[in-house]
Amino acid sequence: MSKPVVATASLAGCFGCHMSLLDIDDRILQLIELVEFNKSPIDDIKTFTKQCDIGLIEGGCCNSENVENLLNFRKNCKILISVGECAIMGGLPAMRNDIPVEECLREAYINCPTVDDNIIPNDDELPMILDKVYPCHHVVKIDYYLPGCPPRADLIWEALVALLEGRELNLPYEVVKFD
Amino acid sequence: MSDIKFTIDGKECSAKSGQTIVEAAKDNGVYIPTLCHFDGLKPAGTCRICTVKVGGRNMAACTTPVTSGMVVENKTPELEDFRKAIIEMLFVEGNHMCPTCEKSGNCELQALGYRYQMMVPRFPFLFPKRAVDASSPKLYIDKNRCVQCLRCVRGITSADGRKVFGLVMRGGHAQISMDNELAAQLSDAEALKAMELCPVGAILRKEVGYAVPIGKRKYDKAPIGSEIEK
Repeated sequence: MSKPVVATASLAGCFGCHMSLLDIDDRILQLIELVEFNKSPIDDIKTFTKQCDIGLIEGGCCNSENVENLLNFRKNCKILISVGECAIMGGLPAMRNDIPVEECLREAYINCPTVDDNIIPNDDELPMILDKVYPCHHVVKIDYYLPGCPPRADLIWEALVALLEGRELNLPYEVVKFD
Repeated sequence: MSDIKFTIDGKECSAKSGQTIVEAAKDNGVYIPTLCHFDGLKPAGTCRICTVKVGGRNMAACTTPVTSGMVVENKTPELEDFRKAIIEMLFVEGNHMCPTCEKSGNCELQALGYRYQMMVPRFPFLFPKRAVDASSPKLYIDKNRCVQCLRCVRGITSADGRKVFGLVMRGGHAQISMDNELAAQLSDAEALKAMELCPVGAILRKEVGYAVPIGKRKYDKAPIGSEIEK
């Protein structure tokens, strides 16, 4: 039987959740025995080459590219997991949610004392900024959630192994944290 | 004072006359989760997390006095899910950014989220527009995090007995407001008390914070209520 296939993505996140995944230490050797990685920044595979079993999503949706990427993951992964506070509730990027986009762009590109050109970038190549930062489950159906900033390595490990073994999660109190 | 006999989830308990269900439960080693309740303050029953069932009816355990022979249902799957739903509702109704909050690790709302292993709120996030008032010299109010428990309204008064905090506006627009003149007169100890009285990170002492490292904060190792449960 072929190994389950895992894909990962960082949308509007800081890669901290991916770092936390690597924080499983030497269990990473067991992990590569257990699963095969497809599209992911970890192996640098840029496009899906096959249907995946598990998709791990870090970060929420702050622009059109994030949305496109997330829809692509939903299409190509049987199970989609929101990993970390940004994917679950927008996280730090969502702190802009009560400020109009125009004001954010103006502050960053016009009023900022360290910019020279004073123009708001607008090019077809650039993804459009959304009006708000959206949690992933506001955009597509998400199957499971792993909270934390970042989620503890033990939480990610236990969730992955429980999912692969088809059993209930067994989480000690210290493992589920929102910070 | 004679003891009143009653039961919580079948456990024989005794209470003193006038005690509320929450207080009596605590004395009997039973934890009923609370958020707006604070020992020593007059109960307000604003959050409803302490909801228990008595005679088939939902009641706020923090405001209901124990009566003789009372049969209280506390830790039933229905009530526990009801409580979890309230916690989730509070999370989506404000802007609770735990990773950036000074109160994280010492926050009672977050601790309840941990106790109930809230992985994600079942309701959609509302991302309301709320203000931060940092105009007072000692304290600032971040209304994004306020759960309107009214602990500060009930617990913080000036030397001449005037309320420092109050609830202004109505319904969905209701919000906590601080009397800046009175707040400026608070001593450092009183300002600290206001911060500690707030169950979340809505009232914070200025120029201090993040003093306790991760791992040593109040709810890092043991769930809220575990000190009561025997």
